[in-house]
Amino acid sequence: MEQLASLVNANKRLVWRGRYVDTAFLLEVGDEAWLVKISAGRVASVTRVGAVRPSWTFALRAAREHWQLFWQADPKPGYQDLLAMVKKRTLSVEGDLYPFMSNLLYFKELMASLRGRLA
Amino acid sequence: MNVHFEPVIGRYMHVELLGKPHRVYVEEAGPANGIPLMCLHTAGADTRQYRAVMNDARILKDYRVIAFDMPWHGKSSPPAGFQNADYQLTSRDYLDLIIGMCDALQLDRPVAMGCSIGGRIALHLALEYPQRFRAIIGLQAGAHVDPYYDLNWLHRPDVHGGEMAAGIVSGLMCPKSPEAERWETLWHYMQGGPGVFKGDLHFYVIDGDIRARVGEIDTTRCPLYLLTGEYDYSCSPEDTRDLQRRIKGTQAVIMENLGHFPMSENPSQFLRYLMPVLDQIRAANSSKNI
Repeated sequence: MEQLASLVNANKRLVWRGRYVDTAFLLEVGDEAWLVKISAGRVASVTRVGAVRPSWTFALRAAREHWQLFWQADPKPGYQDLLAMVKKRTLSVEGDLYPFMSNLLYFKELMASLRGRLA
Repeated sequence: MNVHFEPVIGRYMHVELLGKPHRVYVEEAGPANGIPLMCLHTAGADTRQYRAVMNDARILKDYRVIAFDMPWHGKSSPPAGFQNADYQLTSRDYLDLIIGMCDALQLDRPVAMGCSIGGRIALHLALEYPQRFRAIIGLQAGAHVDPYYDLNWLHRPDVHGGEMAAGIVSGLMCPKSPEAERWETLWHYMQGGPGVFKGDLHFYVIDGDIRARVGEIDTTRCPLYLLTGEYDYSCSPEDTRDLQRRIKGTQAVIMENLGHFPMSENPSQFLRYLMPVLDQIRAANSSKNI
């Protein structure tokens, strides 16, 4: 998961798309979780978190098998998009949704940047 | 310099719709005596979605393809005084708009083809106006959709409406559709006026629910074709199969490698599915004329 930083930060257009994003969100993959800090569109840090959960603005939570299907290089229908998973109730997006929704194209591409690398 | 013009002609029609004067942008291509094919765009978008259908020589041989930007959309203006009220599309107004435009254009039993909200209203047309159409084609047509995000995100001053709308619809397409066509489709969404996409979705999510009545559609009065892209999670293949089960005589095809905007996100793939339907309608039309 830590490769998210290098993948996103090397994508200049994606960083530009998120140039007004400063937030920290929780990424939950089954029973594991990471805190992802974003600063001006760059991924500042990706930190594995344990039982003590840090503060976060919003959380993306899905079972491991669903994330694995989302992160396939050629995802099947229902796993091509975060909102597709929300519609099928395999992903929940919780918390203060403002940074996520107001930068939806950015966060969709950010999460998709792991495609073909974690599946 | 190597330039060319498309066979598409765009004009502005002044017409009274819903009891008010309107200036409506209308495009058409194909022979004046061709079978009229009225194309209805999706929520928050405009006629540009049908650019490939309007440019396909095989279609233009037999069909007069027509599309109009709904009031508030594309190059059509909202009615005078629009600033004083919210835009909210209802089933009744949507039906009256389409029938009004068919009357204004003096179309003789056109084929209606609509996508998304246009696919939903196609079901309403099949139910309420089968005598007015020689066939109806519903693209991404479902009887109902449950909301999966708060529609208020689409119209608030602290969120960019165009980028919000594009973000909402981007994943509805097949990821393998050509990048340029996918982004062209998103650009149409980025250009929508404030609150227009949300106002259309009032019909799609709330007012246009036709689940209780689809069983009454009589396909012997007007043939109904349903074409649905497999990647669409807004109007899903399951929704279309459900319609096929409930409406006797419906012909439905689930389209591979397409999503919610088949005619716009990957035109050449879509035309592989549309052509047999148009050929079938043309053949039925010819046999009646003999």
